[in-house]
Amino acid sequence: MAGHHDEFVRLEGKIFTKSFFVLLTLVIIGFYYIGVRYVKGIGAVSNMSDGYPWGIWIAYDVATGTAIACGGYAMAILIYIRNHWKFHPLIRSALLTSLFGYCLAGFSVMVDLGRYWNSYEFFMPARWQINSAMFEVALCVMAYSTVLIIEFLPAVLWSLENSRGETLRKVSAWLHPRLVPDEAKLASGLEWVRAAAAWLRPRLDKVLVFFIVLGITLPTMHQSSLGSLLLIAATKLNPLWHTGFLPLLFLINCIYIGYAIVIMESIISSYAFKREIEYNELAGLSRIIPWLTVIWLSVRVGDLAYRGQIGNALKLDFYSCFFLLEFCLVAGGSMILFNRRMRRSPRWLFVTATMIILGGALYRFNVYLIGFNPGQGWHYFPAFPEVMITAGVIALEILGYQVLVKVFPVLPNPNKHAASGHAQKPAGLPPGAVPQGK
Amino acid sequence: MKSQSRRDFFKMLGLGGATLLASSVPAMANEKKWVNDEALGMLYDATMCVGCKACMATCKRVNGDYGSLSYERASFDPDGLWDAPQDLSGSTRTLIKLCKESDSRWSYVKYSCMHCQKPSCVSVCPVSAMTKDKVTGVVDYNKDTCIGCRYCQVACSFTIPKFQWEKTLPQIVKCDLCKNTNLREKGITACAEVCPVGAITFGKRKDLLAIAHERLQDNPGRYIHHVYGEHELGGTNHLYLSALAFDKLGLPTLPDNAPAEFSEKIQHTIYKGFVAPVALYSALCFIALKNQKEQEKNGHKEDGE
Repeated sequence: MAGHHDEFVRLEGKIFTKSFFVLLTLVIIGFYYIGVRYVKGIGAVSNMSDGYPWGIWIAYDVATGTAIACGGYAMAILIYIRNHWKFHPLIRSALLTSLFGYCLAGFSVMVDLGRYWNSYEFFMPARWQINSAMFEVALCVMAYSTVLIIEFLPAVLWSLENSRGETLRKVSAWLHPRLVPDEAKLASGLEWVRAAAAWLRPRLDKVLVFFIVLGITLPTMHQSSLGSLLLIAATKLNPLWHTGFLPLLFLINCIYIGYAIVIMESIISSYAFKREIEYNELAGLSRIIPWLTVIWLSVRVGDLAYRGQIGNALKLDFYSCFFLLEFCLVAGGSMILFNRRMRRSPRWLFVTATMIILGGALYRFNVYLIGFNPGQGWHYFPAFPEVMITAGVIALEILGYQVLVKVFPVLPNPNKHAASGHAQKPAGLPPGAVPQGK
Repeated sequence: MKSQSRRDFFKMLGLGGATLLASSVPAMANEKKWVNDEALGMLYDATMCVGCKACMATCKRVNGDYGSLSYERASFDPDGLWDAPQDLSGSTRTLIKLCKESDSRWSYVKYSCMHCQKPSCVSVCPVSAMTKDKVTGVVDYNKDTCIGCRYCQVACSFTIPKFQWEKTLPQIVKCDLCKNTNLREKGITACAEVCPVGAITFGKRKDLLAIAHERLQDNPGRYIHHVYGEHELGGTNHLYLSALAFDKLGLPTLPDNAPAEFSEKIQHTIYKGFVAPVALYSALCFIALKNQKEQEKNGHKEDGE
């Protein structure tokens, strides 16, 4: 992020594509039901009950969605802490996904909260309840969303600096001809914005690393606390999932999901936007995943063995099947990734990344919903409007990503990448490659 | 061997005199520093209950306005002439149910908040909307603070807090021992006051435990020899006596330790004095700054696969 702005490029292309309208339709349906929820209450759109007070809005949008949004976190660890700067070209797209994931998780929480108008209580120190994992998660997620916005700011500032105000002119002309600002006014206004952005950007670059590190600390805290949330449900959560290691398992889980999602997203955007695949970066990333999953699986199995639950895990009943599915997806994906040749094949990379994301996400679903049993007589399966609200939120996430990569320089620069990535030059300072933004 | 003989000694004590047992058990429970036997509670004796539901009707009448409780309709009564709650809900704080074991063996049971000694709902509420009164032991809910996250519902082992799913402006509903209504005006909960057969005894926990053990001793054939709530989840202020197994009455079989103790211990170990997060941040800052400087000096480092 430290000012290498030609490392990233803005994707050229139309914003209003076919997929844009498909996603927009989903978003509109989702928002219609959100409207219904605010008028008629949560019961009108969801199948949640007093036995299952948390449905897919929490299990997917918050618990799983934020793990999927951990790409930015995982990449920041890799680049800034483990000092692998060759992955730097991937960070902005990862950050953008994280930004969307977290902001929309926050948005989903506001849909889910019954007495949302009281949520300012989180900012009242007198109300703070430090025994509550939820309190920790809430503050950390809010802080991290802010940090993500700051981390993404350089891309926005770059675009402001380089804008010519054409979009503004077009939009205002479309709204009403009289709204079109006259040339002189526009030019001076633009000049001012450009100057402000140019003033802010180098200053931001200097302190950015402190925000990036904050962006590593906060997810470490709240991702583990997302696991701690279910510690209290000792009598409701199935022993296959309820353990004192929940915080650790959730933390490792979000990191390997983070790397897998960066791989998957990079391959998808290469295909969708017809760009070259970043082979070297992806192969390097995929090498890390199996080590993390091996640690995770060892903790998981070791803990089950310690608590004498192995028999239950292999019983092949309802809970055991979901445990085995989760286990096989993660273990299978990792096994394939241990093979060097597989790591070079985009197809296998995609398959394994998908397996690991599905397995990791299923683990979170198991903890939050499937392994949760409040007692006899309670059942939960999401209602149609409930699913559509979640689908609308996911659609908004993809839609926003699609649009923003065309507005801001987010994706890796293929020319730059060809020079430093494929040719394997022991590059010192390739001329013109890294013009510092200072 | 020594511990074995000590256990035998306790067993002997228990068989020898229930009075001794009654006094020794609270003493053992008192080892947990948060057990308060002076707290207010209720003892429900399922063998005395006649299922008249007077407690249910009184509860709703007395607390209706306070908890914005409404009447619940039965499917055959669309006009809502008759309040017919099927279960505890966003409109019903206490409920009498009939539990049939066989055609000849059945029992009534009363559901309401157990007012735990170490309540999970209080431990998890992020904004202190759930509180436990230090003196009376009442677990109370404040709707003006509540954000409606429903974590208390997830946490409660008895699934007691209920949410008003059908309301635009919902709240959590649960028994607060008539804290703001009957208890304040008359010094007794409405359900205990109105019960015509004395199935609900209101009083301090230590007195209730003494009464319960006395009844168990006097009529050993009448009851299951267990006071439900004495040790469950570290103890509750709402206690039960029954002739039928408690799990048949819908009261879950629970361990003696409080889940809140377990979760708070882990959370407090991680966040003790907020030292770990600060240390993590400083260490990471140090590494990141070093790496960044190095990187700026070298340009893009090729660290190969």
